Amino acid sequence: MADKVIKELTIKVWRQKNAKTAGKFETYKINDISGGTSFLEMLDILNEQLINDGQEPIAFDHDCREGICGMCSLFINGRAHGPDDDITTCQLHMRKFKEGETITIEPWRAGAFPVIKDLIVDRTAFEKVLQAGGYISVNTGGVPDGNAIPISQDDAEEAMDAAACIGCGACVATCKNSSAMLFVSAKVSHLAKLPQGRVEASRRAKNMVAKMDELGFGNCTNTGACEVECPKGISIANIARLNREFLAAKIKD
Amino acid sequence: MTVLNSKIPAGPLAEKWSKHKAAIKVVSPANKRKLDIIVVGTGLAGGSAAASLAEMGYNVKAFCYQDSGRRAHSIAAQGGINAAKNYQNDNDSIYRLFYDTIKGGDYRAREANVYRLAEVSGDIIDQCVAQGVPFAREYGGTLSNRSFGGVLVSRTFYARGQTGQQLLLGCYASMNRMIGQGKIEMHERNEMLDLVIVDGKARGIITRNLVTGEIERHGAHAVVIATGGYGNVFFLSTNAMGCNGGAAWQAYKNGAFFGNPCFVQIHPTCIPVHGEQQSKLTLMSESLRNDGRVWTPKKKEDAIKLQKGEMGPNDIADEDRDFYLERRYPSYGNLVPRDVASRAAKERCDAGFGVNAEGKAVYLDFKYSIERLGQDVIEARYGNLFQMYEKITDVDPYKEPMQIYPAIHYSMGGTWVDYNLMTTVPGLYAIGEANFSDHGGNRLGASALMQGLADGYFVLPYTIGDYLADEIQTPRIDLNHPEFDKKEKAVNERLQRLYNVKGSKSVDSFHKRLGNIMWDYVGMARNEEGLKYAIAEIAKIKEDFYNDVRIPGDFDAMNIELEKAGRVADFLELGDLMARDALNRNESCGGHYREESVTEEGEAKRDDDNFTYVSAWEYKGENQEPVLHKEDLVFETVELTQRSYK
Repeated sequence: MADKVIKELTIKVWRQKNAKTAGKFETYKINDISGGTSFLEMLDILNEQLINDGQEPIAFDHDCREGICGMCSLFINGRAHGPDDDITTCQLHMRKFKEGETITIEPWRAGAFPVIKDLIVDRTAFEKVLQAGGYISVNTGGVPDGNAIPISQDDAEEAMDAAACIGCGACVATCKNSSAMLFVSAKVSHLAKLPQGRVEASRRAKNMVAKMDELGFGNCTNTGACEVECPKGISIANIARLNREFLAAKIKD
Repeated sequence: MTVLNSKIPAGPLAEKWSKHKAAIKVVSPANKRKLDIIVVGTGLAGGSAAASLAEMGYNVKAFCYQDSGRRAHSIAAQGGINAAKNYQNDNDSIYRLFYDTIKGGDYRAREANVYRLAEVSGDIIDQCVAQGVPFAREYGGTLSNRSFGGVLVSRTFYARGQTGQQLLLGCYASMNRMIGQGKIEMHERNEMLDLVIVDGKARGIITRNLVTGEIERHGAHAVVIATGGYGNVFFLSTNAMGCNGGAAWQAYKNGAFFGNPCFVQIHPTCIPVHGEQQSKLTLMSESLRNDGRVWTPKKKEDAIKLQKGEMGPNDIADEDRDFYLERRYPSYGNLVPRDVASRAAKERCDAGFGVNAEGKAVYLDFKYSIERLGQDVIEARYGNLFQMYEKITDVDPYKEPMQIYPAIHYSMGGTWVDYNLMTTVPGLYAIGEANFSDHGGNRLGASALMQGLADGYFVLPYTIGDYLADEIQTPRIDLNHPEFDKKEKAVNERLQRLYNVKGSKSVDSFHKRLGNIMWDYVGMARNEEGLKYAIAEIAKIKEDFYNDVRIPGDFDAMNIELEKAGRVADFLELGDLMARDALNRNESCGGHYREESVTEEGEAKRDDDNFTYVSAWEYKGENQEPVLHKEDLVFETVELTQRSYK
């Protein structure tokens, strides 16, 4: 695991004081970064450098740093979560970058995700979509035994494939229309594939789609870009399923 | 006479909980509507509690520091959740789960709490299935199980290597339903910085809005702390970067006793530290020990070559590999509990058999199970973990064994609570990892998820009623009460003090210094001299911190350095208390290993005559010595024996 050391990198990063002021790119130099350092650790090192120089560090979202919480974001060199496949930014390592390279870092860009500060955006629109129907209406207690409803292994696996979404927003940031269809369809598919979730499937599809439209996410034009950049490999087949669920629900009306 | 009253119900163990439930008070639906409850933290414990309480009719205000409740660090739990369902017909039972947990915790947990945990464990699985958690299934459509460390049955339910994520999304979905119905008021990016007590009862919290920097007041008839553990005292841990002990620490400073602070879990299977620039450690699920074999070389010369990079693991023949867990613990083998596995790895590395450049790693090898089961089976079981490992290390674990080393993972210690999960402050509760109650000196794998959800779904919603039944006449809490003024002012002063130091060093630099001291002297092996040294060093770091920390940016706006500074200020004090507790407990038990108290074979040696108690520390004021209270642990059912996994 002997990783190379990158002697110098140029970091071009979006700085924005708050939602009300305009932002701009600033450029920094950083030296002697091990290839085994994660991308966010590189930003930690840069921030340490900025603090020591008396400047304000770069604000970015992150938490678990193991690719599951979905808090980290960043558009790196034009790609959501940077130049590697099936990972989040926190799992990106500096060995993916070349000596002397200029790395451009931007926040997610989408009308529904306004910038809060620097690279941090407000993704609460996602939560509002979930609140509109991303659940099965059961109260705590009084439910049947876990083995009472057999679920085929295939259905459970397909539901799990969709449920693996971490809600990071890379799909929205990548889509030229800023559509949230991949995110919404993943939740609808996860629940639609399970017998427990079928009961209110129609209501769920309609309410979540309506909320998504209301919050200013764009329409899906099937470019498939979201699927390519999704760190968890959520398939656009889910979007087809959402369309089917939505259509079936509307026909019933 | 101790001031502590654990309120453990009388009667036979198996009847305590049902009798208690029958005896405690219940609040009518009409009155629940008039009562407000604050829940701080939205992980499995906080999320399940918030959802359940709101469904019952209470008005819930939920808080998290992340941008969404679904990002709480429960999400990172990989392996699974235990439940005594006995679906595998392997003679599992509530009693067996209870016994395994008590024994695994090295007899330092309360019998009654642990039995209750085992009792409600089955209901948790049913609840999660009903919410749509996509647990792994057999071909016939029934739920699958796997094994975890420290047990001889298969009782762990799982959703690939993402069980915590799926369980959290399940309870978050239930929360969302209640948010949509207006029964939960959700406050994201909002951190609790103080507790407000009026006439001796918890009545609210002071928070900082992390987006605007505003200090806010929130009132309620009861406050629930569900903010997880304090592993980040060590700087490097498997905790998320934002995990902190702040809420629990503020509770402590306001009169809630802190239980067993020295009990932290060191997880045996984490990716080793790679250098100076590392920010956190990544866990590789314990479930991997089902199919991976742990080894180091038998010959010292092979170890030296591995350390120098002159040979690889695949160059070492089977007969030259020391499967030390199978050698030392033939009956449990690779599935010994975490504390035992961690110490065994440290023992091998300390003896010079470590396999990476730093000599601080052992192998976890899947070669044998791939030969036995095929790569596709291993991929189906652990695919995402293998991918994660490869992304971080650039090594393909299907071809070469993983390198692993122990790391700080979980806090068994936490806010002291009684059987009702209430702290020593009336109206203040602590649930999940934030309390101390169920895991004793060591937690078994897949039991954290179980405890978080047990507390939130099936324990707190009942026990809180017993307290709130007497609060139905209390009107909505007045945020203009002088106690709110006082606490808001105190928070402002505390933050101003840090902000105005205008020193020369970053918050992280102090945090790293603290972490190094904690790992070296309050980590996997502890002794009197080292602990005393740690206490003195922590005091120096604290002094330097308040004299030389630099917090750039604006005070009353989003300021991440200010957030971190507040947390590190708490960690400095928490680290001190952990060292004091470790110094007091001159016995080895579970994850707490005192070098003065070991068996001839090098195993942890308990001292039941002198230490069969919970340490509960009382805060006495800034720079005052805390006072130790003891809650004697009474074992009515199990017999205390030296733990053996041989």
